[in-house]
Amino acid sequence: MSDVVERTLTALPSLLSSDPSPGRPSSTSKLGTLIRGITELTSKHDEEKLIQRELVSIKEQVSSPNTTMRQMKELMVRAVYCEMLGYEASFSYIHAIKLAQQGTALDKRVGYLAVSLFLNESHELLLLLVNTVLKDLQSTNLIEVCMALTVVGQVFPKDMIPAILPMVEEKLNHPKEIIRRKAVLALYKFYLIAPNQVQHIHSKFRKALCDKDPGVMSASLHIYLEMVTEKPESYKDLVVSFVTILKQVVGGKLPIDFNYHSVPAPWLQIQLLRILSLLGKNDRSTSEMMYEVLDESLRRAEMNHNITYAILFECVKTIYTIHPKAELLEKAAKCIGNFVLSPKINLKYLGLKALTYVVQQDANLALQHQMTIIECLDHADLIIKRETLELLFRITNGQNVKVIVEKLLEFLRHSKDDYVTIDLGGKVTELAEKYAPDNSWFIRTMNTVFLLVGDQMQPDIPNSFLRLLSEGFESAEEDQQLRLLAVDSYVSLLQEQPARLPQRFLQVISWVLGEYSSVKEGLEPATVLRLLAPLLDLRHCSSETKSWVLAAMTKLSAGPACLSVAQELAERHGGSLDTTLRQRLHELQHLASDGELLRRVLPCSDGLEPLEVDSTLSFLDGFVSEALAAGAAPYKPPHQRQEELAQEKALSVEPYGLSLPLSLSSSSIAGRLSPTVLSMSSGLSGNSTELSPKGGALRLEGVTRVWGKEGYLAKAALKPEEAAKTEVPCPLSVLQEGGSAPRTPVVSLPAPAPGPSLQAEREKQQLASCLFMGLGSQGAAGPCLMGKAEPTRHGFRKKVKGQGSSSGARGPSGDSASSSPSPLSAQSAMDNLLCSSPLDSGSTPSPADSAPSPADSAPSPADSATSPADPAPHLPHDLPANNRPCDAQEDLTEDTDTSETVVEGNSVAVVDPYDPEPLCLSPHLPEELCGLPRSEIRPLCRDASLVLSACCVRTDHSSLLVVFVSNASDSAARRFALQMTSGDLEVSRVRGGPEEEEEHVEGHSVAVYQYSLVPTRPSVHMELAGRASYQRPDGEPQSTPFSYGLSLPDFIRPLSVSTEEYGRLWLASSNDIKQNLALLSQEPDPLRATLHRLRDRLQLNVVDIIASEGIVACQLLQGPPCLMHCRLNAGCLAVWLRSSLPELPDCLLYHCQRALAQH
Amino acid sequence: MIKFVLMVNRQGQTRLSRYYQPVELGKRAALEADVVRGCLYRKKEECSFVEYKDFKLVYRHYASLYIVVGITESENELSVYELVHNFVEVLDKYFSRVVSPIMFNMDKVHIILDEMIQNGHVVETNHSRILAPLSALDTLAHS
Repeated sequence: MSDVVERTLTALPSLLSSDPSPGRPSSTSKLGTLIRGITELTSKHDEEKLIQRELVSIKEQVSSPNTTMRQMKELMVRAVYCEMLGYEASFSYIHAIKLAQQGTALDKRVGYLAVSLFLNESHELLLLLVNTVLKDLQSTNLIEVCMALTVVGQVFPKDMIPAILPMVEEKLNHPKEIIRRKAVLALYKFYLIAPNQVQHIHSKFRKALCDKDPGVMSASLHIYLEMVTEKPESYKDLVVSFVTILKQVVGGKLPIDFNYHSVPAPWLQIQLLRILSLLGKNDRSTSEMMYEVLDESLRRAEMNHNITYAILFECVKTIYTIHPKAELLEKAAKCIGNFVLSPKINLKYLGLKALTYVVQQDANLALQHQMTIIECLDHADLIIKRETLELLFRITNGQNVKVIVEKLLEFLRHSKDDYVTIDLGGKVTELAEKYAPDNSWFIRTMNTVFLLVGDQMQPDIPNSFLRLLSEGFESAEEDQQLRLLAVDSYVSLLQEQPARLPQRFLQVISWVLGEYSSVKEGLEPATVLRLLAPLLDLRHCSSETKSWVLAAMTKLSAGPACLSVAQELAERHGGSLDTTLRQRLHELQHLASDGELLRRVLPCSDGLEPLEVDSTLSFLDGFVSEALAAGAAPYKPPHQRQEELAQEKALSVEPYGLSLPLSLSSSSIAGRLSPTVLSMSSGLSGNSTELSPKGGALRLEGVTRVWGKEGYLAKAALKPEEAAKTEVPCPLSVLQEGGSAPRTPVVSLPAPAPGPSLQAEREKQQLASCLFMGLGSQGAAGPCLMGKAEPTRHGFRKKVKGQGSSSGARGPSGDSASSSPSPLSAQSAMDNLLCSSPLDSGSTPSPADSAPSPADSAPSPADSATSPADPAPHLPHDLPANNRPCDAQEDLTEDTDTSETVVEGNSVAVVDPYDPEPLCLSPHLPEELCGLPRSEIRPLCRDASLVLSACCVRTDHSSLLVVFVSNASDSAARRFALQMTSGDLEVSRVRGGPEEEEEHVEGHSVAVYQYSLVPTRPSVHMELAGRASYQRPDGEPQSTPFSYGLSLPDFIRPLSVSTEEYGRLWLASSNDIKQNLALLSQEPDPLRATLHRLRDRLQLNVVDIIASEGIVACQLLQGPPCLMHCRLNAGCLAVWLRSSLPELPDCLLYHCQRALAQH
Repeated sequence: MIKFVLMVNRQGQTRLSRYYQPVELGKRAALEADVVRGCLYRKKEECSFVEYKDFKLVYRHYASLYIVVGITESENELSVYELVHNFVEVLDKYFSRVVSPIMFNMDKVHIILDEMIQNGHVVETNHSRILAPLSALDTLAHS
């Protein structure tokens, strides 16, 4: 630290000490006496007495006519002090105004100060200040003008702005910089409280921005930050100015007194960086203008001082918010690394916060720092721990959910802070619903949440839980299992210590037992009744809970055993003062004695048709739209509000969009929706990858489905321990994913035998491998790809480059994209790039090369040809590389038969023998599908003998998933079956009999299955979960899960309509959104080029282009059309999408953005 | 943005408070007590940032005085941490000329703070500019 600071710090104790030291002449001020008096007191009661006395004496003096202004000032300060301690001194408000009016110099200033401390904007007394302000603004005394402007900038009645606005405006031209600066700040205040009132003077803001005085300029930035946040697109022309200013500041062009510890105007730099990040977000060309200055900021901020770190942090945020540039991302990542690894705790915290910002786009960064993260998890400082958990929450996926939820629950157990408890409870619930690996885990986790969070819980958590149980999801069997597990666990909970259960949990338990205890065989209703009955005796049991309990009992009360319980209860509680309770008891008794009536009143829920409930609350539509028209904010459930708060933390991920499929923040969605669909916005929770199927159906349904799907998918996923074990083959699959990658003999054995000292380290690494499992694989790759990367290896480091570099690494995939127009290939190319290790990054041909020409696959078979132990690579050689029909299988079988002995002799191959296979599967593509656009063939999963690969083929009227099952072993896989499900897609088998048919896949052959996919509703990305099961030769059943990611463009087809039809369709569609898209502005005809890019990438039909407008149409496969109206507007493409399906425009827009962002 | 600035002595008694978002008078004392509890008992080697409900606290400790700033989630903690120090430097610069302890001049501390932070945003950090209005008033008083 510099000398100056040292001196400051040593001088401070004496200066700041409020307890006068004996040697010092004691202050005679009355305030001093008061403060000292209070400091000496020990009890709150004494303090109250002292202050009341003080207030009485102040009151007396202020109303005395003999009090001078100097004394009045002293009195006001004391009154302020009393109020600051929480004792109202409202009698002094009017005197504060008087002091501001009549005082001079410091007295006047204190009068204004007291007013600004006492009164809030809406206080009626504030009106009395207007005249004083007016007078002072006109004063020739600059100090008075200054004071008036200061108070206006702090507190001023909204309605009186017009009275002083002209005068404030006039001050913008004042020769003194301080007056100009204060005037700008006053206008800033006006902008905050009444933006409409200052709309006409936007040009003056610009003038202030260009003021020759840096102080005035930086004051104007406050207004710009506000305006840019609201409407970034209107201020793009100012980017150059902001960049120039920042450049000058960073370059040290400001007067030296703006420096803080030799850093030029750090807070100004931070402000500018914030504005730039807002302007550069989702805007490539604007972002490009900033790269240079951002780079310079990073470079200049080298000094080792907190304030430079503060600037760096802001810089990093900006770099990750704007359109990415590889070089900068790399530097920013390095910067984050420095933060995280810093021994200074404040920097470490900032590093974690930065990581939390960026992990969703760049999960690899978390991977890089995993060991530090693990250490932070056990950090003694709770706030570090909390921030780490927040980070983990954001990287949770189906594979690491168990470990992460366990960590969250652990923290929850020790949390004493209500706010933290509620927040974490909500988070655990969200993760459990999204990623639960199996039913029993889900029930256990939810039980823990109910127990730990207790009654502070957000009410929508139990609601959505019950709804999930009752509505279920895809498979009825799963539903029953879930209910059974719930009933089981609740019965045992009630048998143990029901008294300790929170109310809300008791309510959930009662309802579930009432509804589903019949699911458990052998559980007599009377037994359940006897378990529930004691709850009514619990002292802390609220009458609401009692009602739940009795309602549950009523549902179960069939049979004589129940009747006796009911009568017993009636005798016991019949005299209760609670009328509701008495009524319910009476009903219970009555229904228990009359079985017939019970069945009529409460029919068994199993065969029950769901009640016709208008869940959309459509009857309220009129009311809602009226309220919205009147300016009301659209409704959001509390859970979502909380989520959105959390989301504000995250930066935009639009340019990447890999791991967070729907990156539109909810607020932006709401902002773009027309009032007619505003009710939808509650369903469009930004965090959810799913879109609600119908308006107003809230988020719960989305949740149910997510859980259903993921649960089903993940149920088959490996347990963490198992996953850790299977780490070994993983690098292989990664290589294999990379096409004909160099063959490195990857044998990833665990670390050398651990000594006892290494034990702890090993545990940490194990934890790391569980926590960071599946990171980066959320895109489209199957669960077996990226996830289990050996964490201690450096194999996946530095992926920042791979992901971010639009020019470098993305190059080859861009090339191939032109040969195969599928957007899938581009995306999976990115995934593959992420997966490939640095070793092969240089030489790997793009994995997106979906049509493997013989030349492509040549190098690797040539390599392997030297190794006789490796039969697989021969296959493609012997097969003609053109599209071959499926009967090629026979050739294949023969072919491999010849090398059979070799295979036997090499049963434990270190080198992956299947390596280039996915590339060679294209000959197996059914003839009728050859030549159709398709994605490249990607491996789905593999085990000892089978390799599954798949691609998606687009025909005019369908999308087909073609699954290739290659059996490379000698023996046939018997009773082979494929099952596939998806929450977003309808999957049906196209060829080869019924879906469940059992087939055999002979050894050394490839079987081809085709499935037709129809989206049930549009979503940005869609996931297909499947399971391949068969019997091994030894009769043991084998089953392997897999998943396949698809995206919306796979299901988009061009729609040919005439311009007139288009017009009619346009009017018939109601759900619309508007957005500005980047324009391919380098092209000679930007509009045409942009639209054609969209046509080529997304299969849209460009209906017509007239002057600066274009109309485009497409339709969802077997679904409604989506129309797009495009217009050139200020260097952007203003698009307006409409469809009868509310989610479709949003999803399509997302892909349009991506299509235009990729070059 | 900044929600409030508190100056608290070692016993947890508030010496100065300035709110930039309306908080009811009756709730302030409880909030301050809570906030102070969150910061005062932290160890020196612990992080200077504390989570409190849905916002964060940044605190710095000078001799017998704690300065605590409540900020929103989106604010840059470290820049606020340094802002506090800048504030203290300005106080030091101004009050080195004054005999009585700073807290007995609460009005002037407020005036200085008002020059630096307005509506929860940092509006001036240049020492001489922050002190200019106050110095002018002082000169006026002495002449």
